Amino acid sequence: MFDGVRKRLNAFRKEAKAHLKRELDEKTLERMLWDFETGLLESDVALPVAEDIVQSIRARLLGTKRKHADDILESALRDALGKVLSAKDFDFDEYIESAKKPINIVFVGINGTGKTTTIAKIAHRLKKSGYSIVIAAGDTHRAGASEQIGIHAKRLGVKLIEHQVGADPAAVVYDGVQYTRARHKDVLLADTAGRLHTKVGLMDQLKKICRVTSPDLVIFVDEMIAGNDAVVRAKMFNEVVGIDGSILTKADVDAKGGAAISIAYATGAPILFLGTGQEYDDMVKFQPEWLLDRLFEE
Amino acid sequence: MLDNLSLSLQNVVKKIAGARRIDPRTIDEMVKDVQRTLLQADVNVELVMGLSTRIRERSLKEKPAPGANPREHVIRIVYQELVDVIGKSTDVPLSKQTILMVGLYGGGKTTTVAKLARYFQRKGLKPAVICADSYRPGAYDQLKQLCEQINVPFYGEKDSDALTIVKHGLKELKGDVKIIDTAGRHALEADLIKEMKQIHKLAKPDQNLLVLDGAMGQLAGKHAKAFDDAIGITGVIITKLDGTAKGGGALSAISETNSSIAFIGTGETLDDLERFDPDRFISRLLGMGDIKSLIERAEESLAAEDLDVESMIRGRFTLKDMHRQLEAISKLGPLKQVMQMMPIGLGLEISDEAYQVTNDRLSRYKVIMDSMTNEEMRDPRIVGSSRIKRIALGSGTSLEDVRELLRYHKMMQNAMKGLRGGKFPMQKLMKRFKM
Ligand SMILES: Nc1nc2c(ncn2[C@@H]2O[C@H](COP(=O)(O)OP(=O)(O)O)[C@@H](O)[C@H]2O)c(=O)[nH]1
Ligand SMILES: Nc1nc2c(ncn2[C@@H]2O[C@H](COP(=O)(O)OP(=O)(O)O)[C@@H](O)[C@H]2O)c(=O)[nH]1
Ligand SMILES: [Mg+2]
Ligand SMILES: [Mg+2]
Repeated sequence: MFDGVRKRLNAFRKEAKAHLKRELDEKTLERMLWDFETGLLESDVALPVAEDIVQSIRARLLGTKRKHADDILESALRDALGKVLSAKDFDFDEYIESAKKPINIVFVGINGTGKTTTIAKIAHRLKKSGYSIVIAAGDTHRAGASEQIGIHAKRLGVKLIEHQVGADPAAVVYDGVQYTRARHKDVLLADTAGRLHTKVGLMDQLKKICRVTSPDLVIFVDEMIAGNDAVVRAKMFNEVVGIDGSILTKADVDAKGGAAISIAYATGAPILFLGTGQEYDDMVKFQPEWLLDRLFEE
Repeated sequence: MLDNLSLSLQNVVKKIAGARRIDPRTIDEMVKDVQRTLLQADVNVELVMGLSTRIRERSLKEKPAPGANPREHVIRIVYQELVDVIGKSTDVPLSKQTILMVGLYGGGKTTTVAKLARYFQRKGLKPAVICADSYRPGAYDQLKQLCEQINVPFYGEKDSDALTIVKHGLKELKGDVKIIDTAGRHALEADLIKEMKQIHKLAKPDQNLLVLDGAMGQLAGKHAKAFDDAIGITGVIITKLDGTAKGGGALSAISETNSSIAFIGTGETLDDLERFDPDRFISRLLGMGDIKSLIERAEESLAAEDLDVESMIRGRFTLKDMHRQLEAISKLGPLKQVMQMMPIGLGLEISDEAYQVTNDRLSRYKVIMDSMTNEEMRDPRIVGSSRIKRIALGSGTSLEDVRELLRYHKMMQNAMKGLRGGKFPMQKLMKRFKM
């Protein structure tokens, strides 16, 4: 992952360094920036995000004193991609350990991104660390959703709170919260039905779920194979319910990584994990330092 | 930051829409906007670069249509180039057949299988469905429940492998159209690609349809190619186009697989499947003439007296009607787009030419009509060469301009006659226009 961006980045730096010894005229700079931007686009960084990154590099490089140019370039690039770094401030495992129990985590996102599977993976992970988990089956809408999450809960040996098909999802999650508290369990993982960010009624329903159950974390689940739409929906979900962190699935599908940059940029919230397959262990912590180092690796 | 997320060509080109001359700088700026628009619609970067080079060359080389401003000139070329890539929609015969549905995870395969069954059912055929996804928890129940909603025979086994299920299912199920749902998979999963090949060999499907998430980015082409290499893709279905995704990934998917688009998914319910309409898709890619916004605009700006469709179609469609229509169109946007708002499958056959009335010509027509008498407006047949001369003089236009107007009117009159043919769902149209 991120190979494409890394290569372009290196090419960019190399060329910039060579030029900076002489004069970096505007025309050359524009061409280099365009090449770099193309690299970002090819890695599925959304266009407005790519343009924003390039714009901030351009601003820093114009009017640069030549002998400091290399440092400036590196720091400009690091700053530009730095929003991805905000994840530094937030460590999911530490949060779970230190936060007051029970913790209510609601998972949101559009259809088919991997919310339910991700909940199963998180349940598995937390259970391994010794926490007691409850799952609320907040997708009362999609055909087969109940069976799907039922199978996961059974396999994992996790308590499932469920209502009948078509029930009010806010009531299901609310019940989940009550149950988790009454039984002194540690973490409630609340599933919700996938919804497109443009469906006002469904987004209102999500707002209601959050209002009624006051989640400690709202986690946005999206997929690494998404293109430009990723920023649009991330931004919309963030506006409606406020995203505390994102998990990006399907990173194993030969994804280029741009969606992670786009979504971190659009929400300002950290990326917590990457989904790397369909098994419960197929999830890795997202480490921004790792990403940046990797990008700047020569 | 990121304020302008739903950038569309329509917004972007406004700033130079007023430019009158076609010079390299204007063209360059236009092409750059087109480029950004396509990139933001998830069209593959390489494809966009190739397209924009050709668009630039053609825009500079080709002579614009008389009266076309730079914007219209470039957009027409963009349109033609996109038509070249997209082609026609995949032919989906209404006959006995077996269809294999494949794709990545969560793209909408299972939902689309049920939607397709519904589609064939409505066309009077008997569909039957097999669930050959033995991996995803709940896959069996999901498809079974969807089939129950529409009373379509379903075959599945909870604990068997996909091949066994397909073998049994094809034997057990009776029906005209057998549709096989499969598990999600991707190019790098050798086992699953092998399984898909085996299913394909066993079922000998007539169609292999690739289900593609409308939001998929740059990887669409690459993965489509892997599916194509394994079993040969005959058509693509793009899902989730009821949101803000533009579906541009489909362009590289169809060029990599040498296929075309068959349907689009526009919602979660089983009726939300539409036959693919290249023109509408292009409008969407370019962010122009978006169906929804056009309808909204139509509802805002159109009062009943603005566009009396009823009298246009029922009546004789005089020049007066045309004058009114041109007025209405100038509020709405090109007539072609107005027509696109209507439900697809109307069987409308109106030539492109009939629609390519540019803004310039449109206003010229109105000026000409202002110089015509009431009598002439009601019955243009009485306009002979001496009247043409008078009208041209009165309106400050040329004889050819007046003749062109009369020809255009004739063409529209014929088109309207065609609409009277009966296939046209008048009620629906009226409702859309709140009449
Ligand atoms: N390859 C891969 N598939 C995934 C991943 N996460 C989810 N999926 C698959 O994506 C599909 C949709 O997942 P699901 O959890 O049902 O999505 P939801 O609709 O958002 O709840 C299923 O087939 C999952 O197995 C991942 O990280 N990698
Ligand atoms: N809004 C919308 N949702 C869709 C569409 N097609 C499928 N979905 C949803 O996308 C999710 C994944 O669909 P599914 O059929 O399970 O995908 P599969 O994993 O490829 O079989 C489900 O929540 C569907 O309801 C569509 O055209 N529009
Ligand atoms: Mg789910
Ligand atoms: Mg499925």
